Formats: sequence, structure tokens, C-alpha cells
Amino acid sequence: MSVLHTVNKSPFDRNNLDSCLNHAQPGDAILLIEDAVFAAMAGTAVAGKMADAAKTFRLHVLGPDLKARGFDPAGVVTGVTVVDYGGFVELAAQNKAINAWL
Amino acid sequence: MDEMDSGIVKKFMFVNRKAPHGTVYALEVLEMVLISAAFDQDVHLAFIDDGIYQIKKGQAPAEIGVKNFSPTYRALEGYDIEKLYVEAEGMAERGLTEDDLLVPVEVLSRAEMGKLMAEMDVVLTA
Amino acid sequence: MKFGILVNEGPYNHQASDSAYQFAKAALEKGHEIFRVFFYYDGVNNATSLGQPPSDDRNVTKNWQKLAEDHKVDLVVCVAAGLRRGIVEGNLAPGFRISGLGQLIEAGIQADRLVTFGD
Repeated sequence: MSVLHTVNKSPFDRNNLDSCLNHAQPGDAILLIEDAVFAAMAGTAVAGKMADAAKTFRLHVLGPDLKARGFDPAGVVTGVTVVDYGGFVELAAQNKAINAWL
Repeated sequence: MDEMDSGIVKKFMFVNRKAPHGTVYALEVLEMVLISAAFDQDVHLAFIDDGIYQIKKGQAPAEIGVKNFSPTYRALEGYDIEKLYVEAEGMAERGLTEDDLLVPVEVLSRAEMGKLMAEMDVVLTA
Repeated sequence: MKFGILVNEGPYNHQASDSAYQFAKAALEKGHEIFRVFFYYDGVNNATSLGQPPSDDRNVTKNWQKLAEDHKVDLVVCVAAGLRRGIVEGNLAPGFRISGLGQLIEAGIQADRLVTFGD
């Protein structure tokens, strides 16, 4: 059974997202929350990396954290699913463990 | 205590990604690890990224005025916590080799570490 | 499903406690159970009774207290981490209790999932 990985740091500040992508297994779910949500937006320096990652992992971003920071959930990289806190709960329930990349 | 003998054995992994001394995480993770020993779980410790610095030999924090807790890693064996893993790529990136580490570890490639993490039931990271 | 939640950071400095609270609220709304919320590291500061945030901001400690009151959620503050930071029985907000780190490991064993919020 797959794992849910959460990432909460901006990819422009720390290596948490890279470390997560380097360890997650194909088919795992990854959820970007808090300051990691910037990685989900199209047009950034990491958008290509995210589009590639979407082929291997189930990528998600927390909508409330995007909106809080002034970003439109409609503008995320193709392949990234926007979820609310209820969706976060469902992801945690559907995967066997939650690995927080702090 | 009954709660320590639940009959359930889960695979626990404490993932260490942060360097010691600059923040308190390394010290307080160690306290969690020691407590976990009382619950007879299948405990694993992973040192990746800057967490590898936690087990660097020769730490002498006297001049910065903080406690040297690094000898505790060597005491883990006495608590039957013997599954310590370090990531090879992370060591190489930091110019370190196994000889620089203060405790015996199993060195895994990044790919092997990812696979091991995927087997865990409970992952605690700080 | 039974969730355990670990909060590693204090209120206001970091979003971790707010995120954990929103997660817990959503889990309860979906009919899941919160087995325990464990406060560790600077997370113990969420349990102070002495905080007085401005009235136009959310009160993180009160949010947790209300959740505990409405849904009987077990809010546990680590005794060792609390002592280090001056969170003791005398300034512990109602609804929280102080206990050992074993309560976190127990949550890891007993809960179906353990979700960590931190730095």
C-alpha cells in the first residue's frame, strides 16, 4: 500500500521537496501544504520538475494554503490535484502511512 | 504498564534530516527513540540529508554552551535499537565517510533508503 | 479511522499548529476519530494558559480547547519538553493534560495513522 508524503517548505528555500521526490516510491501520494504550495504553480523554475513528478506520483496541493498566499488553484501545473482539508484527511486515510518531510 | 504491552508490533522509523545544535530537533528525537524502546516495537533510525551530521564523530559543543548528547547514539545498542541507516549519497555530498561516524551504521543507497521507508507503519520526522 | 496527530511547533510563529487543527477539524467532520493530539518540541507552547493574542486574530490555544470540549479529543503535552520550556500544571490551559512521551509512541501504535505537523 502506498504512502502519503507531506511537504511544507518552499522549494526556493529548502530541499524538503527534492528529498521527498528522491525517496517516494512510484504511485505514492504527495501533498504540498503551507509554504510548499508555491511548487505547485505553473510558470515557476520548478514547474518542469513537477510535471515530470506527476508522471510517477499522485501530486496534490492544499487549496486553502494556495488561496491564503494569493494564488489561484486554477493555475497549478497540469497533473497536480487541488484538495481541501477534507481531501487531506482522505489522502491520509487512503495511504498506509504519512511521511512528513520536515 | 499495560499500554506498553499492546501485543501490536509496528515498524517505526525516526527520520533525521536536521543537523544537531543549530536547532533542538536532534536531541528531542533521541528522547523519543529512547522511550520507543520500552514499547517493544520494530524501531529504525534513518540519517539522511543534514541529519547525517548528528552522528559525526568528535562533537565538542562545550564552547557553545550546550549539552553533548552525541554519546547517546552509542548507547542505543543497550536499548536494543540497532537498526541505524545512513544514506550513501548524503554522506558523499557532505564529504563524509563511514569513518567519520561515531556509531556503527548500515549504509544504504538513496534508492534503498526510499524502499525501506516505504515498508514502515509509522514515520516520525523532525 | 483513528488518527493520531503530532504537533511539533508552537502557536503563531509557525503554521504547523493551525494546519494540525484544520486537519483535526476536517477529520472529525468526516466522522473519523482523533485518538490523541500530542504536543512536542516547541509545540508544548500551544498549551499555555497565559497567551493573549489580539482579539482580531485566532486564538490557537482556544481552538484546541474547543475541539477537545466538543469532541472529547485527548490533548497531551510532553512533560519533559514542557518542563524545558516552562509549560507546567500551573500554567496549563484547561483541556490539555501533561504526560510522558510514551503517550506519543502509544498513539503511533494504537492509531491507524499518525500525522505530523512541524517545521
